[in-house]
Amino acid sequence: MCMRVELLFWEDCPSHPRALAELRMAMTEEGLDPSTIAVREIQTQAEATRERFVGSPTIRIDGVDIQSPGEEPFGLTCRVYHRRDGRISPTPDPADVRDALNAARSATEPDRPTRPNRRIERS
Amino acid sequence: MTAIGDPTPTFALPDTEGIMHEPGGAPATVVVFTCNHCPYALAWHDRVVALARDYADRGVRVLAINPNDAERYPRDSQQAMRERVRRGDFDGVPYLRDETQEVARAYDAKTTPDVFVLDAGGVLRYRGAPDADYEDLEQNAVFVRDALDAVLAGREPEEPQTPPVGCSIKWRE
Repeated sequence: MCMRVELLFWEDCPSHPRALAELRMAMTEEGLDPSTIAVREIQTQAEATRERFVGSPTIRIDGVDIQSPGEEPFGLTCRVYHRRDGRISPTPDPADVRDALNAARSATEPDRPTRPNRRIERS
Repeated sequence: MTAIGDPTPTFALPDTEGIMHEPGGAPATVVVFTCNHCPYALAWHDRVVALARDYADRGVRVLAINPNDAERYPRDSQQAMRERVRRGDFDGVPYLRDETQEVARAYDAKTTPDVFVLDAGGVLRYRGAPDADYEDLEQNAVFVRDALDAVLAGREPEEPQTPPVGCSIKWRE
């Protein structure tokens, strides 16, 4: 199995070290090798546009954003995430990261049993 | 740059309805630089509004200022600010527009949020983050509350300065 996990960040937003640490932990928990994470810095607006970067941090698995960027404009900014309990956060909920990793792996390993969906509806 | 114990710059800025606001005229004033698009500012927002409510009967004023360049960050436009106010997000806290960014520069504000507590004479008594953890609602903007309690009691805050945490202010290019 070859899953490409990327973390894109903008240096001015201080959330990326935490996001990277939580991504590494999630990969470890899922039995994946966190050293394979491709970490890339987005430095300019032109890069942000080219990379379809809607904010820092952005995590993609096999090119797919773990949270749909919706209609967000491309740009150098901090990205807004929602934790499963509804709180606003600069980083994605680790449970969402784990589910995204698990879903991507299930897609590449169709015979692998999937985990039950642990998502809790937001209030 | 204004240091703890220095007089703060005075200003007059319009809120989302065009009404001008100035700091002062209160036993303590909280000036918080904030915005619409930053997850740190949004995560802490309710705690700032709650302290404004909790300290209102002691005469404390809270002024929220959005200094971001709205051309590059349209979510921080005057219209977007007005929509948040009309939605009730600010619960009576004036949300001011620092269009020229002169006030943010005069305060040497770094991030959204960046909080300044002024005493009755306009002297800076606290500067920094609302509390130690944007994720922890229980923190309840305790850095600012402690500073306000000290100022209202005529004491120096025990912790007059903490590092501001948040998104960098979006300066005009």
